Amino acid sequence: MGPQATTELLTILNERFPGAAEPSEYEGLVVAPARLLEVATFLRDEMGYRYLSLVSGVDYPQPTARFPARFEVVYHLFRESGGPLTLHVHADRDDPVVPSVVSIWPAANVHERETWDLMGIRFAGHPNLRRILLWEGFEGHPLRKDWHEVYYEADRKPFESRYPNGQPVMAEERAPLGDNLRYPPGWSPKEWQCLAEEAVYAPLEARPGGNGRRMPTDQVVVNLGPQHPSTHGVLRMVARLDGETIQQLEPVIGYLHRCHEKIGERNTWLANMPYTDRLDYVSSMSNNFGYAIAVEKLLGVEVPERAEYIRVIMAELTRIVRHLISIGSFTSDIGVYLTGMLYALEERELILDLFEMASGSRMMCNYFRFGGVARDLPEGWIPLAKELVYERLPRRIDEMERFTFNEVFRARSVGVGVLPADKAIAYGCTGPLLRASGVPYDVRRAEPYSLYGELDWDVAVAYNGDIHDRFVVRFEEMRQSLRIIRQALERMPEGPVLAGKVQPAVKVPAGEAYGRVEAPLGELGFYLVSDGSANPHRYRIRAPSFANLGVLGELCKGHLIADVVAILASIDITLGEVDR
Amino acid sequence: MTTQDARLPEVPPELRNNVRIGPLDWLSPLYNWSRKRSLWPLFGGLACCAFEMIAAAAARFDQARFGMEIVRPSPRQADLMIVSGTVTKRMAPQIVRLYNQMPEPKYVIAMGACAISGGPFKEGYNVVSGVDKLIPVDVYVPGCPPRPEALYNAFLALHAKWDRERLSQLRWYRKDVADEGIPVPELGPDLVDWRVVAKLQATEE
Repeated sequence: MGPQATTELLTILNERFPGAAEPSEYEGLVVAPARLLEVATFLRDEMGYRYLSLVSGVDYPQPTARFPARFEVVYHLFRESGGPLTLHVHADRDDPVVPSVVSIWPAANVHERETWDLMGIRFAGHPNLRRILLWEGFEGHPLRKDWHEVYYEADRKPFESRYPNGQPVMAEERAPLGDNLRYPPGWSPKEWQCLAEEAVYAPLEARPGGNGRRMPTDQVVVNLGPQHPSTHGVLRMVARLDGETIQQLEPVIGYLHRCHEKIGERNTWLANMPYTDRLDYVSSMSNNFGYAIAVEKLLGVEVPERAEYIRVIMAELTRIVRHLISIGSFTSDIGVYLTGMLYALEERELILDLFEMASGSRMMCNYFRFGGVARDLPEGWIPLAKELVYERLPRRIDEMERFTFNEVFRARSVGVGVLPADKAIAYGCTGPLLRASGVPYDVRRAEPYSLYGELDWDVAVAYNGDIHDRFVVRFEEMRQSLRIIRQALERMPEGPVLAGKVQPAVKVPAGEAYGRVEAPLGELGFYLVSDGSANPHRYRIRAPSFANLGVLGELCKGHLIADVVAILASIDITLGEVDR
Repeated sequence: MTTQDARLPEVPPELRNNVRIGPLDWLSPLYNWSRKRSLWPLFGGLACCAFEMIAAAAARFDQARFGMEIVRPSPRQADLMIVSGTVTKRMAPQIVRLYNQMPEPKYVIAMGACAISGGPFKEGYNVVSGVDKLIPVDVYVPGCPPRPEALYNAFLALHAKWDRERLSQLRWYRKDVADEGIPVPELGPDLVDWRVVAKLQATEE
């Protein structure tokens, strides 16, 4: 949203709700906490901002130019097309409370829980304000600027020399316990009680079983994961069952919470690029893309044309890899065991070869730079890519489709896990999950970035919203990706691939930006706040699978426990991104 | 039949031709050879490295060549745990519990920088500084993530380790060494590692 549109919206809001909103320091509006719910309802119902993408907390321990020291809760809202509307709500630093918007956008549920967990901002009226990534009983809220880890050295990287006297210093040597552990003073293990496990089961309401039938039965609570073959990593689900029917299901996450955001706020801007690889670790190029776009918005750099073409080709190849893996793992989850996965991994290897030629690494490519890509394509890359994209992949995708849409697949997928369009929007679902529910919303079309506005392609969409349609969308998207890559390969010009020089410590002007791309799993966004230094002040990731997972409980209700596995696989999550 | 060692139990006369009681070290090469060709890894991916582990099992690389076709997610029959990814504090109790549930003989491969030391995420407040803080590790595979070839090198290193093992020295055949398992950590104000807590209390007293 440009400055002019923001001013117009401010005028409308001030007529309707006098004194509720004022311009913010950089982007969007500041809304008074007491008026937030009214303003939000108005924005959703009358201005068309039906889509809440992200809720973030930002800590300002020092006063800024116009506002005092505070916590800020930032909401990113979207309409069918165009950029974000950013709402800021200020909260007191000693006792931060902000009204919860879960009643208006259910999508806020998981984001608000995360903000409470990591930033310690309470959301009044939230139905289940418990820790989500860390466990109940953890000491402190880590993303606050005054909270330090055990291995804390300094606020900003790069640190002082690691070899002060010619000898390396290990982090363990500086830690009091010789390990990444710390217990509060006076903490006694004898009197302490473990709260973590109880809290996991707390949302499951105890209800008598039997569904009102004559025979009295008990409902049972079953754990799936974190060590489980079908959870795609370390996801855990606790389910309350009546017989074999799911009555309630809650995902329990955080088993791969690697503190991306805390580490990212200490890194230099460029040093975060390899960390983004490890978000959705199957599609590292897309993650690079999102972060590069967000930082380029702040920097105001123009990307050379050849680099844009390379970026689009890499992002679309990544999409094919990711969708192949998701189809392969789905088929193995519904009982084909490894066959489908072998089909997928065979093609993945060939695409990873291309990535390795270009970037030097198979999986963690770290290929994008601010203003371009790290290096030009090597000799022989384009003929190989052409052979793959024109000859091999179309046939293999057809073959995989014949293999996938068989009778067993249809029996397991048609009419299972149906997600209606309005619910998908309300829960903030994106990607194939949303498009399978009949909403043709694709960031590449809604807010075109890079070359997607110029190339010729269609948004894949299906209308039944069940598991079957999610895979129809994925197959169609792979074909569209091939179409995009073919055009890009034909039109790619010669020229530089990076604007300016590679700078290890780039200075980013003060400001905030939200950069987003259509990653294979959905909308991947990076919300960045810069205070003008060599490190981000706030580095916040909008992970598509984290938001999509919020709807899992709803989708599973009333289905059999065997369908949970299929529904989860059709949502398609990567734990690296869910837990960050 | 040679005369029997007086310290060992006596074999009944009718079984003397069938049963041998005594040092079995001469069988070690056969024992190790067969173990090498029937490894049963525990399937469980933690993070990024899991995908390279899966790739190592799949078509291009084919880990069946190393005698490990079967990879199943239950620890009860497994004899190799590949810790493929970042071990978080939240996951630590489960890792230890899985290790305790594996029957002897059991081995651990720490795959990737995170499993070795915490890797790029070492300073994170929820990251364990290497899985060897929790369970004993046999082979470390550097890389972020290691290529499938590197993982194969780890299997070969494990095979080499077995070649040096003698039946008489194996812990799990000895009666004088009790296997009590590793105390499972719990989630408190931080990860409650009972061994660290015990040390802490000892210094306080």
